[in-house]
Amino acid sequence: MSNKVIQAMYDDDDVLLNAVKETREADYHIEEVFTPFPVHGLDKAMGLKGTRIAITSFIYGVIGFFFAIWMMDYMMIIDWPQDIGGKPNFSYAENMPAFVPIMFELTVFFAAHLMVITFYMRSKLWPFQEASNPDPRTTDDKFVMEVSLDGDEQKMSDFLKKTGAIELKVAEKS
Amino acid sequence: MSHYEAPIREPLILGDKSYHDISNDIAAPIEGKANKWWWFVFSVAMIAFLWGIGAIAYTIGTGIGVWGLNNRINWAWDITNFVWWVGIGHAGTLISAVLLLFRQKWRMGINRSAEAMTIFAVIQAGTFPMIHMGRIWNGYWTMPIPNQFGSLWVNFNSPLLWDVFAISTYLSVSLVFWYTGLLPDFAMIRDRATKPFQKKIYSLLSFGWTGRAKDWQRFEEVSLVLAGLATPLVLSVHTIVSFDFATSVIPGWHSTIYPPYFVAGAVFSGFAMVQTLLIIMRKVSNLEQYITRYHIEMMNKVILVTGGIVFVAYLSEFFVGWYSGSLYEDFTYLSVGAATGPYAWAFWALILCNSVFPQLLWFKKLRTSFTFSFIMSIIINTGMWFERFDIIVINLSRGHLPSSWTQFEPTFVDIGIYVGTIGFFFVLFLLYARTFPVVAQAEIKSILKSSGNNYKKEH
Repeated sequence: MSNKVIQAMYDDDDVLLNAVKETREADYHIEEVFTPFPVHGLDKAMGLKGTRIAITSFIYGVIGFFFAIWMMDYMMIIDWPQDIGGKPNFSYAENMPAFVPIMFELTVFFAAHLMVITFYMRSKLWPFQEASNPDPRTTDDKFVMEVSLDGDEQKMSDFLKKTGAIELKVAEKS
Repeated sequence: MSHYEAPIREPLILGDKSYHDISNDIAAPIEGKANKWWWFVFSVAMIAFLWGIGAIAYTIGTGIGVWGLNNRINWAWDITNFVWWVGIGHAGTLISAVLLLFRQKWRMGINRSAEAMTIFAVIQAGTFPMIHMGRIWNGYWTMPIPNQFGSLWVNFNSPLLWDVFAISTYLSVSLVFWYTGLLPDFAMIRDRATKPFQKKIYSLLSFGWTGRAKDWQRFEEVSLVLAGLATPLVLSVHTIVSFDFATSVIPGWHSTIYPPYFVAGAVFSGFAMVQTLLIIMRKVSNLEQYITRYHIEMMNKVILVTGGIVFVAYLSEFFVGWYSGSLYEDFTYLSVGAATGPYAWAFWALILCNSVFPQLLWFKKLRTSFTFSFIMSIIINTGMWFERFDIIVINLSRGHLPSSWTQFEPTFVDIGIYVGTIGFFFVLFLLYARTFPVVAQAEIKSILKSSGNNYKKEH
């Protein structure tokens, strides 16, 4: 396989979706698709696996929940128990009704923030990250499908034109 | 085909828009220049903000004795304003999270600005407990830090500490929710920017967003999960704020109805503030085709529902207080005593603004009128301020010891800080309106084919 890709540009999401399906049926390899907005069904059409980011969020939430219990147990029961309004200060379980709000808040705090950080890391999104979309119009109204250049370039170009591409460009694989 | 939507649903995007038109419309305020009116309103807001800073500096330098608090009424405008701002800060997350879970497409035209309003309002709210500490430089004592820093461990039994956790979680989660949604829109501005400085700034802000299929898949999943997390969070925040009162033993505060009643009131006032801001912004920023009459009507319906819940809560508080036959319950903020006592004006301001006038929204003609909705939103915001004022000041003004009965008078410092937070809020919002994509254009584009006016006609 060569290190080149053909960037086929489309100007409609429905045309793109069909093109993705046809390209895969024709046994070409789709490297990447860039779209200006979430096109529903695109991930399935491309054969992308589902994301597991919701599962990480659940795990982070569980960690936050137990962190809250550990923290309050250490501070309020073990390290320095105090008599506050006669509340039971010798047992976490008996004092727990007062601790429920913090248990909830920390669960949400961990689940939300760590999930978003995971998302940013996995998708390489952070300050000073250079954007690498092949054409600035892909954040406006154009859609680009990158297909690995494999075999006859002319045949591939004709095929992509037939799927509705309005512009074709050969580029190095990034 | 797959974009079909029942014709009975009103179009959410008017005008015959293409994807590129949407980009142009949303980028226009950022790429254009501010007009005279923007500078005028900005200057007024800035002056108010500076006055507030002066009042805060005076408070911190001298002590909170410069406020109008007295022995009996030891909480007043500070906590009133705190609860008012936190309440306003509920609409944004409600619109972006709850309406996302309910798949309400009309949220897409307004969610960005509503979330911005939320964040700016919560910042104002946070100011009040901070300065009420008196010694603000010890503010970090509210964090769970080890004893050798000078204090004992924080007290996790206290609703005031729950507030610290609830508000900071709410602020930070709203902020990342908002920011994650902004990434594709910043990227759109970045890719069309022609001025080098503008390009640099928006490159930095967009975190290198490129719109890969996998990124969109994660983006949508993250939005959904954040909505699922933010929904109970938004309900918990005002619940915990209401615990500040409900867990105490003051007559009028010690009430089990507070959490749902406060949450409904928060949504009520938050939507009113969204109306106030957006009815102006849609005109000024030329967004009439994205924030339509239909959006305003839907928000008015939410106001009507939550206002109804609040009204029922008032009735039940009034009835339960009266039915208890307790002498002290006749002094609470919803009682015959309050309606005829020295604070009768505040009592009736509350009832008229929050429960009587909003009933006019039952008329379709009125709730689809921009002018009427704008006036109503101001009335509701006033009414909701009075609700918090009544709960705090009327209930505290009379206690078990008649010799200590008194009234509250705000000093110029109280007023200054309040006006200052309003100024700061508008300073932030005006800056936002000129530098941020104020409509979630990526989301709008994804519904254009199902809810755009021109596409709907074709079906």
